[in-house]
Amino acid sequence: MITALISLNKDNMSVIREQDVVPFRNRVKEHAVKIKMGLVNQTKLITAASELVRNMLRYGGGGEVLIEVVSRGRDNGIRLTFNDKGPGIADISLAMKDGFTTGKSLGLGLPGTKRLVNEFDIKSELGKGTKVTIVKWVNG
Amino acid sequence: MATDITKVFKKKQSAILERWIKNQLANEGLRDDLMSNEDLRADSEELVAALVSSLNEKTLLDYESSEFDHVIEILSGISISRARQGFSPRETGAFILSLREALIEVLQEEIKDTKELMDTSLKLYRLLDHLSVITFETFIKGREEVILRQTDEITEISTPVIRVWDGILALPIIGTLDSARTQVVMESLLTEIVESGSSVAILDISGVPTVDSLVAQHLLKTVSATRLMGAECIISGIRPEIAQTIVHLGIDLSSIVTKASMASALQYAFRTLKLEVRKTVVKSI
Repeated sequence: MITALISLNKDNMSVIREQDVVPFRNRVKEHAVKIKMGLVNQTKLITAASELVRNMLRYGGGGEVLIEVVSRGRDNGIRLTFNDKGPGIADISLAMKDGFTTGKSLGLGLPGTKRLVNEFDIKSELGKGTKVTIVKWVNG
Repeated sequence: MATDITKVFKKKQSAILERWIKNQLANEGLRDDLMSNEDLRADSEELVAALVSSLNEKTLLDYESSEFDHVIEILSGISISRARQGFSPRETGAFILSLREALIEVLQEEIKDTKELMDTSLKLYRLLDHLSVITFETFIKGREEVILRQTDEITEISTPVIRVWDGILALPIIGTLDSARTQVVMESLLTEIVESGSSVAILDISGVPTVDSLVAQHLLKTVSATRLMGAECIISGIRPEIAQTIVHLGIDLSSIVTKASMASALQYAFRTLKLEVRKTVVKSI
Protein backbone atom coordinates (compact mmCIF):
# COMPACT_ATOMS: atom_id res chain seq x y z
CA MET A 1 0.00 0.00 0.00
CA ILE A 2 1.33 3.40 -0.90
CA THR A 3 0.58 6.09 1.59
CA ALA A 4 0.45 9.68 0.44
CA LEU A 5 3.38 11.93 1.08
CA ILE A 6 2.54 14.78 3.43
CA SER A 7 4.54 17.95 3.63
CA LEU A 8 4.83 19.22 7.19
CA ASN A 9 7.10 22.21 7.05
CA LYS A 10 8.04 24.47 4.16
CA ASP A 11 11.03 26.74 3.88
CA ASN A 12 11.93 28.62 0.72
CA MET A 13 15.40 29.94 0.08
CA SER A 14 16.88 31.66 -2.93
CA VAL A 15 20.44 30.90 -3.94
CA ILE A 16 21.96 33.36 -6.37
CA ARG A 17 25.59 33.75 -5.34
CA GLU A 18 28.33 31.36 -4.30
CA GLN A 19 28.24 32.89 -0.84
CA ASP A 20 24.70 31.51 -0.42
CA VAL A 21 25.86 27.89 -0.60
CA VAL A 22 27.14 27.60 2.97
CA PRO A 23 24.10 29.24 4.63
CA PHE A 24 21.87 27.01 2.49
CA ARG A 25 23.72 23.86 3.57
CA ASN A 26 23.44 24.94 7.19
CA ARG A 27 19.69 25.45 6.77
CA VAL A 28 19.29 21.94 5.34
CA LYS A 29 21.36 20.58 8.20
CA GLU A 30 19.16 22.35 10.77
CA HIS A 31 16.06 20.69 9.34
CA ALA A 32 17.76 17.30 9.17
CA VAL A 33 18.88 17.54 12.80
CA LYS A 34 15.37 18.55 13.84
CA ILE A 35 13.87 15.33 12.51
CA LYS A 36 16.71 13.32 14.13
CA MET A 37 18.38 12.15 10.95
CA GLY A 38 21.55 10.15 11.59
CA LEU A 39 24.99 11.59 10.91
CA VAL A 40 25.68 9.49 7.82
CA ASN A 41 22.34 10.26 6.17
CA GLN A 42 22.69 13.89 7.17
CA THR A 43 26.07 14.07 5.47
CA LYS A 44 24.70 12.33 2.37
CA LEU A 45 21.76 14.70 2.15
CA ILE A 46 23.90 17.79 2.66
CA THR A 47 26.43 16.61 0.09
CA ALA A 48 23.66 15.92 -2.42
CA ALA A 49 22.14 19.33 -1.73
CA SER A 50 25.52 20.92 -2.14
CA GLU A 51 26.07 19.23 -5.52
CA LEU A 52 22.70 20.31 -6.85
CA VAL A 53 22.95 23.84 -5.58
CA ARG A 54 26.37 24.19 -7.19
CA ASN A 55 24.95 22.90 -10.48
CA MET A 56 22.15 25.39 -10.19
CA LEU A 57 24.61 28.25 -9.67
CA ARG A 58 27.05 27.14 -12.34
CA TYR A 59 24.67 26.20 -15.13
CA GLY A 60 21.31 27.68 -14.20
CA GLY A 61 22.45 31.07 -12.94
CA GLY A 62 20.99 30.53 -9.48
CA GLY A 63 17.42 29.86 -8.43
CA GLU A 64 15.10 28.87 -5.64
CA VAL A 65 15.21 25.90 -3.31
CA LEU A 66 12.22 24.63 -1.38
CA ILE A 67 13.15 22.73 1.77
CA GLU A 68 10.32 20.54 3.10
CA VAL A 69 10.00 18.17 6.00
CA VAL A 70 7.86 15.36 4.60
CA SER A 71 6.20 12.33 6.06
CA ARG A 72 4.94 9.11 4.50
CA GLY A 73 3.47 6.51 6.77
CA ARG A 74 5.94 6.10 9.59
CA ASP A 75 8.84 7.60 7.68
CA ASN A 76 10.00 11.15 8.03
CA GLY A 77 12.34 12.82 5.63
CA ILE A 78 13.50 15.92 3.87
CA ARG A 79 12.46 16.88 0.39
CA LEU A 80 14.43 19.47 -1.53
CA THR A 81 13.16 21.04 -4.73
CA PHE A 82 15.65 22.99 -6.82
CA ASN A 83 14.16 25.33 -9.38
CA ASP A 84 16.16 27.37 -11.85
CA LYS A 85 15.32 29.37 -14.94
CA GLY A 86 18.52 28.50 -16.77
CA PRO A 87 19.02 27.11 -20.27
CA GLY A 88 17.85 23.59 -19.33
CA ILE A 89 19.48 20.24 -20.05
CA ALA A 90 19.41 18.95 -23.64
CA ASP A 91 19.93 15.26 -22.92
CA ILE A 92 19.05 14.20 -19.39
CA SER A 93 20.17 10.58 -19.80
CA LEU A 94 23.57 11.81 -20.93
CA ALA A 95 23.77 14.25 -18.00
CA MET A 96 23.01 11.36 -15.63
CA LYS A 97 26.05 9.41 -16.86
CA ASP A 98 29.14 9.23 -14.66
CA GLY A 99 31.93 11.42 -15.90
CA PHE A 100 29.91 13.48 -18.33
CA THR A 101 30.35 17.22 -17.99
CA THR A 102 29.97 20.30 -20.13
CA GLY A 103 32.03 22.26 -17.64
CA LYS A 104 35.42 21.28 -16.28
CA SER A 105 34.19 19.35 -13.26
CA LEU A 106 34.44 15.66 -12.42
CA GLY A 107 31.02 14.97 -13.94
CA LEU A 108 29.71 13.24 -10.84
CA GLY A 109 27.20 15.80 -9.60
CA LEU A 110 23.92 14.43 -10.95
CA PRO A 111 24.64 10.67 -10.98
CA GLY A 112 26.40 10.91 -7.61
CA THR A 113 23.48 12.79 -6.09
CA LYS A 114 21.09 10.11 -7.29
CA ARG A 115 23.14 7.50 -5.44
CA LEU A 116 23.17 9.59 -2.27
CA VAL A 117 19.42 10.05 -1.89
CA ASN A 118 16.33 7.83 -1.79
CA GLU A 119 14.24 9.54 -4.42
CA PHE A 120 15.47 11.57 -7.32
CA ASP A 121 13.52 13.29 -10.04
CA ILE A 122 14.72 15.65 -12.73
CA LYS A 123 12.67 17.61 -15.22
CA SER A 124 14.15 20.01 -17.68
CA GLU A 125 12.86 22.08 -20.54
CA LEU A 126 15.26 23.72 -22.97
CA GLY A 127 15.26 27.48 -22.58
CA LYS A 128 12.87 27.33 -19.61
CA GLY A 129 14.84 25.82 -16.76
CA THR A 130 15.42 22.73 -14.69
CA LYS A 131 13.64 21.30 -11.68
CA VAL A 132 15.31 18.67 -9.51
CA THR A 133 13.51 17.05 -6.59
CA ILE A 134 15.23 14.79 -4.06
CA VAL A 135 13.96 13.02 -0.95
CA LYS A 136 16.06 11.57 1.83
CA TRP A 137 14.34 9.53 4.52
CA VAL A 138 15.58 9.49 8.11
CA ASN A 139 16.11 5.73 7.92
CA GLY A 140 16.78 5.57 4.20
CA MET B 1 12.85 92.59 4.67
CA ALA B 2 13.98 89.03 4.87
CA THR B 3 16.53 88.18 7.50
CA ASP B 4 19.92 87.34 6.07
CA ILE B 5 20.50 83.89 7.46
CA THR B 6 24.13 83.88 6.42
CA LYS B 7 24.78 86.77 8.80
CA VAL B 8 22.60 85.22 11.48
CA PHE B 9 24.56 82.01 11.43
CA LYS B 10 27.93 83.76 11.28
CA LYS B 11 26.99 85.87 14.26
CA LYS B 12 25.57 82.94 16.16
CA GLN B 13 28.24 80.40 15.26
CA SER B 14 29.44 79.93 18.81
CA ALA B 15 25.86 79.81 20.10
CA ILE B 16 25.05 77.05 17.59
CA LEU B 17 28.10 75.11 18.67
CA GLU B 18 27.21 75.43 22.36
CA ARG B 19 23.64 74.34 21.77
CA TRP B 20 24.70 71.47 19.60
CA ILE B 21 27.18 70.18 22.15
CA LYS B 22 24.58 70.64 24.87
CA ASN B 23 22.13 68.59 22.78
CA GLN B 24 24.71 65.88 22.21
CA LEU B 25 25.67 65.71 25.86
CA ALA B 26 22.01 65.55 26.86
CA ASN B 27 21.47 62.62 24.51
CA GLU B 28 21.16 59.33 26.36
CA GLY B 29 23.09 57.51 23.65
CA LEU B 30 26.25 59.56 24.24
CA ARG B 31 29.23 57.25 24.22
CA ASP B 32 31.72 58.92 26.51
CA ASP B 33 33.42 55.53 26.77
CA LEU B 34 34.34 55.63 23.08
CA MET B 35 35.09 59.30 22.72
CA SER B 36 36.18 62.04 25.10
CA ASN B 37 34.21 65.28 25.36
CA GLU B 38 37.21 67.21 24.05
CA ASP B 39 37.30 65.12 20.86
CA LEU B 40 33.59 65.53 20.45
CA ARG B 41 33.99 69.28 20.83
CA ALA B 42 36.81 69.44 18.30
CA ASP B 43 34.81 67.45 15.74
CA SER B 44 31.73 69.58 16.27
CA GLU B 45 33.61 72.84 16.11
CA GLU B 46 35.27 71.93 12.82
CA LEU B 47 32.00 70.90 11.24
CA VAL B 48 30.04 73.96 12.40
CA ALA B 49 32.77 76.30 11.15
CA ALA B 50 32.82 74.61 7.74
CA LEU B 51 29.04 74.56 7.47
CA VAL B 52 28.55 78.19 8.46
CA SER B 53 31.21 79.41 6.06
CA SER B 54 29.68 77.57 3.11
CA LEU B 55 26.08 78.51 3.88
CA ASN B 56 24.49 81.43 2.04
CA GLU B 57 21.17 82.22 0.38
CA LYS B 58 22.20 80.45 -2.80
CA THR B 59 23.76 77.31 -1.40
CA LEU B 60 20.87 76.82 1.01
CA LEU B 61 18.72 75.94 -1.99
CA ASP B 62 21.29 73.96 -3.85
CA TYR B 63 22.69 71.27 -1.62
CA GLU B 64 24.57 69.64 -4.51
CA SER B 65 26.69 72.78 -4.69
CA SER B 66 30.46 72.37 -4.62
CA GLU B 67 30.53 74.85 -1.74
CA PHE B 68 29.67 71.94 0.51
CA ASP B 69 32.54 69.77 -0.61
CA HIS B 70 34.57 70.73 2.42
CA VAL B 71 31.65 70.08 4.79
CA ILE B 72 31.04 66.69 3.20
CA GLU B 73 34.70 65.84 3.46
CA ILE B 74 34.79 66.60 7.18
CA LEU B 75 31.51 64.77 7.74
CA SER B 76 32.71 61.67 5.88
CA GLY B 77 35.92 61.65 7.87
CA ILE B 78 34.00 61.85 11.13
CA SER B 79 31.51 59.12 10.27
CA ILE B 80 34.15 56.72 8.90
CA SER B 81 36.24 57.11 12.03
CA ARG B 82 33.11 56.56 14.14
CA ALA B 83 32.30 53.38 12.25
CA ARG B 84 35.79 52.10 13.03
CA GLN B 85 35.55 53.11 16.68
CA GLY B 86 32.44 51.00 17.00
CA PHE B 87 29.68 53.61 17.23
CA SER B 88 26.21 52.37 16.36
CA PRO B 89 24.33 53.89 13.39
CA ARG B 90 21.89 55.48 15.84
CA GLU B 91 24.66 57.27 17.72
CA THR B 92 26.26 58.49 14.51
CA GLY B 93 22.87 59.63 13.25
CA ALA B 94 22.19 61.46 16.50
CA PHE B 95 25.40 63.42 15.97
CA ILE B 96 24.25 65.08 12.75
CA LEU B 97 20.54 65.22 13.63
CA SER B 98 21.20 67.09 16.84
CA LEU B 99 23.01 69.74 14.79
CA ARG B 100 19.77 70.31 12.91
CA GLU B 101 17.95 70.83 16.19
CA ALA B 102 20.52 73.41 17.26
CA LEU B 103 20.31 75.31 13.98
CA ILE B 104 16.51 75.43 14.08
CA GLU B 105 16.53 76.60 17.69
CA VAL B 106 18.84 79.50 16.80
CA LEU B 107 16.66 80.36 13.81
CA GLN B 108 13.58 80.43 16.02
CA GLU B 109 15.14 83.06 18.22
CA GLU B 110 16.23 85.23 15.31
CA ILE B 111 13.36 85.11 12.88
CA LYS B 112 10.06 86.33 14.27
CA ASP B 113 7.97 86.12 11.09
CA THR B 114 6.26 82.70 11.10
CA LYS B 115 6.10 82.25 7.34
CA GLU B 116 9.71 83.16 6.85
CA LEU B 117 10.78 80.92 9.71
CA MET B 118 8.85 78.08 8.14
CA ASP B 119 10.42 78.63 4.73
CA THR B 120 13.96 78.84 5.99
CA SER B 121 13.53 75.89 8.32
CA LEU B 122 12.25 73.76 5.47
CA LYS B 123 15.27 74.58 3.34
CA LEU B 124 17.55 73.92 6.25
CA TYR B 125 15.85 70.60 6.90
CA ARG B 126 16.37 69.51 3.32
CA LEU B 127 20.02 70.43 3.44
CA LEU B 128 20.64 68.61 6.69
CA ASP B 129 18.69 65.58 5.55
CA HIS B 130 21.02 65.44 2.60
CA LEU B 131 23.99 65.66 4.94
CA SER B 132 22.64 62.89 7.16
CA VAL B 133 22.19 60.61 4.15
CA ILE B 134 25.85 61.19 3.35
CA THR B 135 26.74 60.45 6.96
CA PHE B 136 24.97 57.11 6.79
CA GLU B 137 26.44 56.24 3.45
CA THR B 138 29.97 56.81 4.63
CA PHE B 139 29.23 55.14 7.95
CA ILE B 140 28.15 51.97 6.15
CA LYS B 141 31.16 52.20 3.87
CA GLY B 142 33.39 52.39 6.94
CA ARG B 143 31.72 49.30 8.37
CA GLU B 144 32.09 47.45 5.07
CA GLU B 145 35.79 48.19 5.08
CA VAL B 146 36.01 46.63 8.52
CA ILE B 147 34.21 43.52 7.23
CA LEU B 148 36.44 43.26 4.17
CA ARG B 149 39.54 43.54 6.31
CA GLN B 150 38.26 40.80 8.58
CA THR B 151 37.49 38.55 5.61
CA ASP B 152 41.06 38.96 4.44
CA GLU B 153 42.34 38.19 7.92
CA ILE B 154 40.20 35.05 8.13
CA THR B 155 41.48 33.70 4.81
CA GLU B 156 44.98 34.39 5.97
CA ILE B 157 44.80 32.77 9.39
CA SER B 158 42.74 29.83 8.22
CA THR B 159 45.49 28.30 6.10
CA PRO B 160 48.56 27.86 8.24
CA VAL B 161 51.28 25.54 6.98
CA ILE B 162 52.92 23.80 9.92
CA ARG B 163 56.34 22.17 9.84
CA VAL B 164 55.69 19.15 12.05
CA TRP B 165 59.02 17.49 11.41
CA ASP B 166 62.05 17.98 9.29
CA GLY B 167 60.70 17.29 5.81
CA ILE B 168 57.06 16.91 6.86
CA LEU B 169 54.48 19.67 6.44
CA ALA B 170 50.94 19.66 7.80
CA LEU B 171 48.11 21.82 6.56
CA PRO B 172 44.90 21.71 8.56
CA ILE B 173 41.99 22.97 6.46
CA ILE B 174 39.09 24.40 8.42
CA GLY B 175 35.84 25.52 6.82
CA THR B 176 34.56 25.27 3.30
CA LEU B 177 37.00 24.67 0.49
CA ASP B 178 35.98 26.87 -2.43
CA SER B 179 38.01 27.92 -5.47
CA ALA B 180 39.48 31.03 -3.85
CA ARG B 181 40.39 29.10 -0.71
CA THR B 182 42.00 26.27 -2.71
CA GLN B 183 44.13 28.83 -4.49
CA VAL B 184 45.41 30.20 -1.16
CA VAL B 185 45.96 26.70 0.25
CA MET B 186 47.81 25.52 -2.81
CA GLU B 187 49.97 28.61 -3.03
CA SER B 188 51.05 28.59 0.61
CA LEU B 189 51.64 24.83 0.54
CA LEU B 190 53.75 24.89 -2.62
CA THR B 191 55.90 27.81 -1.46
CA GLU B 192 56.45 26.16 1.90
CA ILE B 193 57.50 22.91 0.18
CA VAL B 194 60.16 24.80 -1.76
CA GLU B 195 61.30 26.81 1.24
CA SER B 196 61.57 23.92 3.66
CA GLY B 197 62.59 21.29 1.14
CA SER B 198 59.92 18.98 2.51
CA SER B 199 59.05 15.73 0.81
CA VAL B 200 55.79 14.87 2.57
CA ALA B 201 52.74 17.09 2.97
CA ILE B 202 49.71 16.16 5.07
CA LEU B 203 46.40 17.80 4.18
CA ASP B 204 44.04 17.47 7.12
CA ILE B 205 40.36 17.84 6.27
CA SER B 206 38.86 17.10 9.71
CA GLY B 207 37.60 20.69 9.74
CA VAL B 208 35.86 20.56 6.37
CA PRO B 209 32.15 19.97 7.02
CA THR B 210 31.12 18.79 3.55
CA VAL B 211 33.11 17.07 0.85
CA ASP B 212 31.22 17.25 -2.43
CA SER B 213 32.60 16.69 -5.91
CA LEU B 214 33.82 20.26 -6.21
CA VAL B 215 35.79 20.06 -2.95
CA ALA B 216 37.15 16.66 -4.02
CA GLN B 217 38.22 18.12 -7.34
CA HIS B 218 40.04 20.92 -5.51
CA LEU B 219 41.76 18.36 -3.28
CA LEU B 220 42.82 16.28 -6.27
CA LYS B 221 44.28 19.37 -7.93
CA THR B 222 46.25 20.27 -4.81
CA VAL B 223 47.59 16.73 -4.54
CA SER B 224 48.72 16.61 -8.17
CA ALA B 225 50.39 20.01 -7.84
CA THR B 226 52.25 18.81 -4.73
CA ARG B 227 53.37 15.70 -6.59
CA LEU B 228 54.71 17.81 -9.43
CA MET B 229 56.87 19.53 -6.84
CA GLY B 230 58.33 16.17 -5.93
CA ALA B 231 56.55 15.79 -2.61
CA GLU B 232 54.08 13.18 -1.55
CA CYS B 233 50.69 14.32 -0.34
CA ILE B 234 48.61 12.51 2.26
CA ILE B 235 45.01 13.43 3.00
CA SER B 236 44.03 12.83 6.59
CA GLY B 237 40.98 13.42 8.75
CA ILE B 238 38.45 11.56 6.62
CA ARG B 239 35.48 10.91 8.88
CA PRO B 240 33.38 7.74 8.48
CA GLU B 241 30.31 9.58 7.16
CA ILE B 242 32.44 11.46 4.65
CA ALA B 243 34.05 8.21 3.47
CA GLN B 244 30.60 6.73 2.79
CA THR B 245 29.46 9.85 0.99
CA ILE B 246 32.54 9.93 -1.21
CA VAL B 247 31.98 6.30 -2.22
CA HIS B 248 28.34 6.93 -3.12
CA LEU B 249 29.20 10.03 -5.06
CA GLY B 250 31.63 7.93 -7.06
CA ILE B 251 34.71 10.06 -6.47
CA ASP B 252 37.88 8.08 -7.06
CA LEU B 253 40.48 8.94 -4.44
CA SER B 254 42.29 5.60 -4.72
CA SER B 255 45.33 7.23 -6.31
CA ILE B 256 45.87 9.25 -3.16
CA VAL B 257 47.13 8.08 0.21
CA THR B 258 44.34 8.79 2.69
CA LYS B 259 44.31 8.27 6.44
CA ALA B 260 41.59 8.55 9.05
CA SER B 261 43.58 10.62 11.47
CA MET B 262 46.48 13.02 11.58
CA ALA B 263 48.36 10.58 13.83
CA SER B 264 48.26 7.75 11.32
CA ALA B 265 49.20 10.12 8.53
CA LEU B 266 52.21 11.23 10.54
CA GLN B 267 53.17 7.61 11.19
CA TYR B 268 52.97 6.92 7.47
CA ALA B 269 55.12 9.96 6.79
CA PHE B 270 57.74 8.77 9.30
CA ARG B 271 57.83 5.40 7.59
CA THR B 272 58.28 6.98 4.16
CA LEU B 273 61.18 9.05 5.46
CA LYS B 274 62.62 5.99 7.20
CA LEU B 275 62.29 7.61 10.58
CA GLU B 276 61.50 5.75 13.74
CA VAL B 277 59.83 6.89 16.92
CA ARG B 278 60.81 4.79 19.89
CA LYS B 279 60.08 4.76 23.57
CA THR B 280 63.28 4.94 25.54
CA VAL B 281 63.70 2.37 28.21
CA VAL B 282 65.44 3.70 31.26
CA LYS B 283 67.31 0.94 33.00
CA SER B 284 67.02 1.07 36.71
CA ILE B 285 70.19 0.35 38.59
